[in-house]
Amino acid sequence: MLLLSYLERRKSTDPNTKGYFEKNGKALGTFFICAVGFWMILLIILPYLYMVIESFHPKLPMKQRGGPTDLVTLDQYKSFFIEPSSGDWNTTHFWAFFYTIIVSISVTFFNFAICYPVAFYLAQSGKKMNVRFLMLALVVPYWVNEILRAFSLRLLLTSKGVINQVLLAMGLIDSPIDFLGLNIGLYVGLSYAYLLIMMFPLYNAIESLDKYQIEAAYDLGAPRWKIHRDIVIPYSKPGIASGCTMVFMLCAGSLAAPQFLGGPSTLWFTSIVYDFFFQSFNWPRGAAYAFLLLSACVAFVMITLRIFKVSLGESIK
Amino acid sequence: MNSHIISRAMIGFYILIFLTYLFGPLILMGVTAFNTPSYPQAFPFEGFTLEWFVKLWNHRAMMTGLKNSFVIGVGVVFISVPVGLAAAVIMSQISAKLRGIYYLVAVSPLLTPGVIIGISTVIFWKDMMGMSVFTKTTFYKGTILTILGQSSFVSAYCLLIISARLQRFDKALEEAALDLGASFSQVFWHILVPFLRPALFSAGIIAFLMSFENYNTTTFSILADKTLVTVLAGEARQGTTPALSALAVVIIGTSILGAVFFEIYKRREQKVKNQEAA
Repeated sequence: MLLLSYLERRKSTDPNTKGYFEKNGKALGTFFICAVGFWMILLIILPYLYMVIESFHPKLPMKQRGGPTDLVTLDQYKSFFIEPSSGDWNTTHFWAFFYTIIVSISVTFFNFAICYPVAFYLAQSGKKMNVRFLMLALVVPYWVNEILRAFSLRLLLTSKGVINQVLLAMGLIDSPIDFLGLNIGLYVGLSYAYLLIMMFPLYNAIESLDKYQIEAAYDLGAPRWKIHRDIVIPYSKPGIASGCTMVFMLCAGSLAAPQFLGGPSTLWFTSIVYDFFFQSFNWPRGAAYAFLLLSACVAFVMITLRIFKVSLGESIK
Repeated sequence: MNSHIISRAMIGFYILIFLTYLFGPLILMGVTAFNTPSYPQAFPFEGFTLEWFVKLWNHRAMMTGLKNSFVIGVGVVFISVPVGLAAAVIMSQISAKLRGIYYLVAVSPLLTPGVIIGISTVIFWKDMMGMSVFTKTTFYKGTILTILGQSSFVSAYCLLIISARLQRFDKALEEAALDLGASFSQVFWHILVPFLRPALFSAGIIAFLMSFENYNTTTFSILADKTLVTVLAGEARQGTTPALSALAVVIIGTSILGAVFFEIYKRREQKVKNQEAA
């Protein structure tokens, strides 16, 4: 499909070439095409293609690459189901994959649930000054990078952390709770890291809804939950879809939260991919796993867009 | 009336909890940066110190990382903003039939997890640059790969920002200029670019910040080099030191300053606009 789109694009410059260069002039027209061609072909399409090709290679030492043993193989994908070293079902990786997907979906729902009321307040009923100040305040934690945000949660949640100290001091517990080992750290970390990614698209979508529509519904006696169900949510569908796809994608591909906040036995799928590249140096298998992750993300995006009945262009603005 | 007050109070309370969730951890981390114990601890507050900021300043790896992050950020801005501009112009001219597929390719990096962008960048450019010894020794470097990898998705953001403004461009201006005998490049430099300037400006700032704080793509494409964020990740993995909190304080301080300046800039622009209108 990627190859197809590549060919499509090459063709696209031909039929309207005359009109195109007439419109932009030679120098600028050439520059535009070169810049976009460089970006789309060398930075997007070919790298994806090479990753997919890599995933069909066997793992070989550098010298044997391109040699007679370098054949096209499905082994890397098979290894996701059956562990090559033992021949048993590869339940560890299989489970890690589903665990990653399920947790990412749950975090997405959770973030939607806690952001929706705030986004609604900011967009519809807040005072102008308050909203302006709040939006500015929300941007600040957004620029503190992921690692430091994970680090700040770590300070809260470790056995010597603030929450345990408080609970111990209040006498609610006798020994510290191992939040990180229980994976609570991971869930909180994921939710915390991508809270605002959900917030901004929701806010933007709800903000353009006409206030009088809600007031009219009130005056006609509609209960509050019905106003949300029948007016606000259907109206803000594109924002919801875009927030959900972004949060899901970032969660499923997250590296910092599982590394710094996950329990010692937690297997997050991206961490497995990471280890194939940096610990066992098995690039083909890592590429195959990365492709599986990419497929899951694409599937999620398609399903979300289908459920909300919005197009890609509407959801990403 | 009574129920109105109650519901207002409830909303206020909810927003308070939300803000606590958002800022609480950052504030506590900020406190640990000024506390004396070498294990980052918010309370009991044992004594005020600036020692951790000095440690941070003297942390050689972090300073090298900071320098690299800066170079990479500037590189990404110089690739992504022109590419985003070109892509936005082409998108406004492309036939409706092709626009769908064009758009799909353009936004695909936004829907791809960062780790995958990093992996594919390394695999592809390793093969490309591995073709000759010269390219391998000159170009196959972490900083260069990171600029390329980050540009792939940052350009997509720039495209979205710039094309949002481009859609409001009045084509009649362009036609008028052409009718009066202006050349294409004159129209572009004297009409289109000034019109797009605010969008180009914010695209540049966002591109730099995105590059600066990126971890997922960078950790793959940086190879043997370091950026501030990858050094940070290494430090955080090894253990915890209040120097990290000190860094967070510096970053938060800078971004608050940035936000304030941005707000002032916007208000001034608004004022100018109001005066023009009046």
